[in-house]
Amino acid sequence: MDQVKFDISLIEYGFFISAILVIMIGLYGAMVKKSLIKIVIGLSILESGVNLLLITIAYVQGGTAPIFSPGLLKDMPLTVENIKALGAGMVDPVPQALVLTAIVIGFGVTAVALALVIRLYRHHHTLVIDEIKNLKW
Amino acid sequence: MIIYLVFLFILLALMVGAAIFSIIQKDLLYAVIGTGVISLILSVLFFLLQAPDVALTEAAIGVALTTIIFIITIRNTVRFEDEHDRKEAGESKKFINN
Repeated sequence: MDQVKFDISLIEYGFFISAILVIMIGLYGAMVKKSLIKIVIGLSILESGVNLLLITIAYVQGGTAPIFSPGLLKDMPLTVENIKALGAGMVDPVPQALVLTAIVIGFGVTAVALALVIRLYRHHHTLVIDEIKNLKW
Repeated sequence: MIIYLVFLFILLALMVGAAIFSIIQKDLLYAVIGTGVISLILSVLFFLLQAPDVALTEAAIGVALTTIIFIITIRNTVRFEDEHDRKEAGESKKFINN
């Protein structure tokens, strides 16, 4: 399979810098904005930036996707050395599994936060957090 | 080779631009569409970083489901970030159904 080789020393810096920029933008939105929906949007952007940062850390230069298939072991015997030699050319699968979980958990967190936002709006008739002062619902 | 590099940097710049857009936008519906654009570009980047399973999950959950629950919340509450903008915009841009 013809794999496109990137000049990773330049590309990977771009990925790191843009992931950190997205994290900073999301953190700014969650900390500075007054609208409750805008705060949830900022948290969602921050989560996207963290996911991109973790996947970028997992990448190795010229690696393939970490999926074993029988076609990869062409006519080699199925020994431990052959499997280790195949696994050395793959990207790290552990952060990918963690990010796959984190995306689903992030969706659940966003759903719960938006449900709380709807409850607060029905009680206070506003979404500006400066006007929501009492502790009792 | 150089065309892939330019393509990747255009994608990264579009993602950062969509993040800035969805933070500074006063209309919350447009801001939510900006987060959808971020997730769409992030799905392409995950695929280029050799993580196709994460790319599929991000495309399904980040683009579709998160946008849908944000739009449901905006329908149930207000469309604009501060209520002064909503009064200036008038009835034509009002997004509340009840």
